[in-house]
Amino acid sequence: MATPPRELTQNPLKKIWMPCKNGLPEKHISQRKVCMTNCPTLIVTVGLPARGKTYISKKLTRYLNWIGVPTKEFNVGQYRRECVKIYKSFEFFRPDNEEGLKIRKHCAASALNDVRTYLSEGGQVAVFDATNTTRERRDTIMKFADLNGYKVFFVESVCDDPEVIASNIVQVKLGSPDYTDRNTDEAVEDFMKRIKCYENSYETLDEIKDRDLSYIKIMEVGSRYLVNRVLDHIQSRIVYYLMNIHIAPRSIYLCRHGESELNIKGRIGGDSGLSARGKLFAKFLGKFIQEQNIKDLKVWTSQMKRTIQTAEALGVPYEQWKALNEIDAGVCEEMMYEEIQDHYPLEFALRDQDKYRYRYPKGESYEDLVQRLEPVIMELERQENVLVICHQAVMRCLLAYFLDKTAEELPYLKCPLHTVLKLTPVAYGCKVESISLNVEAVNTHRDRPENVDVSRPPDEALLTVPAHQ
Amino acid sequence: MVGLPARGKTYISKKLTRYLNWIGVPTKVFNVGQYRRDAVKSYKNFEFFRPDNEEAMKIRKACAVTALHDVSAYLTQEQGQVAVFDATNTTRDRREMILSFAKENGYKVFFVESICDDPDIIAANITPRLLPPQLPARALHRPHAPHRVAAASLPWYRTSPCTASSRGCTSSTGPYITLQVKLTSPDYEDCDREEALEDFLKRIECYKTNYLPLDDERDRSLSYIKIFNVGSRYLVNHVLDHIQSRIVYYLMNIHVTPRSIYLCRHGESELNVVGRIGGDSGLSRHGSKFASALAGFIQEQSIKELKVWTSHMKRTIQTAEALGVPYEQWKALNEIDAGVCEEMMYEEIQQHYPEEFALRDQDKYRYRYPKGESYEDLVQRLEPVIMELERQENVLVICHQAVMRCLLAYFLDKTAEELPYLNCPLHSVLKLTPVAYGCKVESIFLNIEAVNTHRDKPVNVDVSRESEEALDTVPAHV
Repeated sequence: MATPPRELTQNPLKKIWMPCKNGLPEKHISQRKVCMTNCPTLIVTVGLPARGKTYISKKLTRYLNWIGVPTKEFNVGQYRRECVKIYKSFEFFRPDNEEGLKIRKHCAASALNDVRTYLSEGGQVAVFDATNTTRERRDTIMKFADLNGYKVFFVESVCDDPEVIASNIVQVKLGSPDYTDRNTDEAVEDFMKRIKCYENSYETLDEIKDRDLSYIKIMEVGSRYLVNRVLDHIQSRIVYYLMNIHIAPRSIYLCRHGESELNIKGRIGGDSGLSARGKLFAKFLGKFIQEQNIKDLKVWTSQMKRTIQTAEALGVPYEQWKALNEIDAGVCEEMMYEEIQDHYPLEFALRDQDKYRYRYPKGESYEDLVQRLEPVIMELERQENVLVICHQAVMRCLLAYFLDKTAEELPYLKCPLHTVLKLTPVAYGCKVESISLNVEAVNTHRDRPENVDVSRPPDEALLTVPAHQ
Repeated sequence: MVGLPARGKTYISKKLTRYLNWIGVPTKVFNVGQYRRDAVKSYKNFEFFRPDNEEAMKIRKACAVTALHDVSAYLTQEQGQVAVFDATNTTRDRREMILSFAKENGYKVFFVESICDDPDIIAANITPRLLPPQLPARALHRPHAPHRVAAASLPWYRTSPCTASSRGCTSSTGPYITLQVKLTSPDYEDCDREEALEDFLKRIECYKTNYLPLDDERDRSLSYIKIFNVGSRYLVNHVLDHIQSRIVYYLMNIHVTPRSIYLCRHGESELNVVGRIGGDSGLSRHGSKFASALAGFIQEQSIKELKVWTSHMKRTIQTAEALGVPYEQWKALNEIDAGVCEEMMYEEIQQHYPEEFALRDQDKYRYRYPKGESYEDLVQRLEPVIMELERQENVLVICHQAVMRCLLAYFLDKTAEELPYLNCPLHSVLKLTPVAYGCKVESIFLNIEAVNTHRDKPVNVDVSRESEEALDTVPAHV
């Protein structure tokens, strides 16, 4: 005879049904978290210097954090720089430099120590970014992982194209703290000798010898991959992501639809058309795009009237994505903030307390939005030049991905109407250019008010509401 | 496809085709073996496949050409988007022919090669197996006593428990296909098992002599995925576009380990009882009873490491709670959003939105509720669920009517037209078990009464129809 089912209560912030006892939520049941493993994952990069390991580490870390998997990278080169204050020359990396070897081994151990701390304090994935080119070093790491109950996944980057390597060196190595006092030619020469130091002892992941390891080998800057023994969901997602990213230069343009009728009235959501100024913005956007002379530009919109109207003015083909629709405000759709305060003061306060996780009744949260937008991000990674015409909350989510913003910062990112953000990947990050198209529009940005308490008076709640008709 | 016989090519072809069609990419399989069977009415023996059999070579080439011709018709005139050319394609010549054909027609080519080079897998299938104690634990709940046969050097075959009438076999154990699939092929209809097996092995040998796998160097500009040893390793080369990337992701997530997927809806809800759609109500009395019955059923089934998934809606969670086991909530499993029609009775929808109601009946798959969703949207929403279901083993999914229809359509390869009318009654559990090239379905009604929530397509779907014609098929409710 089954025990009587537990009572359910709905968490007021996220609107999640949870079992409760005496009105209080019981022990936590699992929500669909991205990382389904019970044990943490240690991603280990493998490869000669200037093969893109740090680029991949940082990008992967950024992606995993964005989709909600707490991830951190541990760059052993960083540890070395802290240990050996001043970098003299490539001689440090000579395989016969015993002193150097000792220090480097110590740095790796120190980094692993920090990995252990991170993974035991709520981290789920640690990216151990170093050359790890010898089997011996990799065995040490695997023993460490075994001891601590981590799953290991290797990411090896193999590249023999001298042009790519040279380009990497110029882009990221020259600006490294190691070479601040050198001129370009000296730096490049020294770095090439540094690579040589690793070459002789480099043992690539082997199809036979390493058949039991889980890994992906990225060859020729991503035109070829060898994937071995993917063990679980998170490894499968990592592989999919790594296979979709590329390094071809391109730019991503993000902007919102032109000002809408509901924007003017200070109402959220809905599916209204463009105001007169919104239409003007659309026209100017068309001109801007033409001037930019962008090669093979793809244009994406949501399925809401205001983004489509904006795209129409460009006179080029565009693709509609339902996933780009604005956040669903549920029962608050088409309300003014004043009305939300009036009818749902509790909800309004809860939202201010945790704007990222707060879900509108019968609506969505920013957290839901991120999940919804993941395929968009994946496709953006595959594409080259793209203009995304979307909405405030959506644009905040996309921007947070590109600029590595936290869940706390994300819902308050500034994405004003009639402004285009041009994002260009550069070195390990993203350059942002903000271009205002000089057409006036209402401000729709509501800052977090000081008083987020449920008991606050209405004027304190409405303090930061932007002006409207 | 590329690979020796019995490497799972047809299994992969059919599964991939089913997936692509479900996500909305019109796809069709062209199995050259079928064309050969149509050309050579009766199969004599493996000699047909000998590389020195000139007569047969001519026929086989002609079959490939005919199949390619049909591919061209499908892609160019019938709005097909992906064609899966399922044959061994083990020689460079044959692949060159295909590449030329594709170039002429402006098609992109993506090769999927299946290779088995693990001596362990091959060896494991040579040793004769004996009786139950050596079977994997999953076999415990199989109804038939196993009957093992020496599988000789068939990499993809493990022996399967079979009764004399092999077509009625309940389970599959081989990596991609079982003895059953090949030996019940029309080619071997009148042979006894031993003969058939022997002949098939000789057939494979015929291909081996001329087999040239895709080459790392020579084929470096081709787009392909090489699958090694039933998926323990993959080599992916030159993925060109979005659809190829999705295909690769899918192929890397499927597996052949035997397992079962259980699909059911939440127990009857308060809103179900009064004939209202959507909402987020709790279970009715009958619904709670069902939840308890479900718990009993699950226990009896004795399923190894069962995962339980629910939506974020109260009724599925309440149902799962009764099982007393951990479960995972997926927002993606929430019922279809009926927008402005949420919590309405069909009678009210007819009253307030007669045009919407008619439009829905005209094309239930594509119709989107105002401020709501369509079945088409649902499928897109559910794709990550399907992908994770493919990765998992034994799973019980407690969901909703429209959601269950979408998931079922994926497993049973139903069209967009059939999908919204699939029968998914309350208080019934569907047990899906992969078998041969498809999926076996067992429907288990847990004997607890519930309202019927299935509304058939009425005869008159015209916007100008009378109310009663519109409401003709509405199921009874309080």
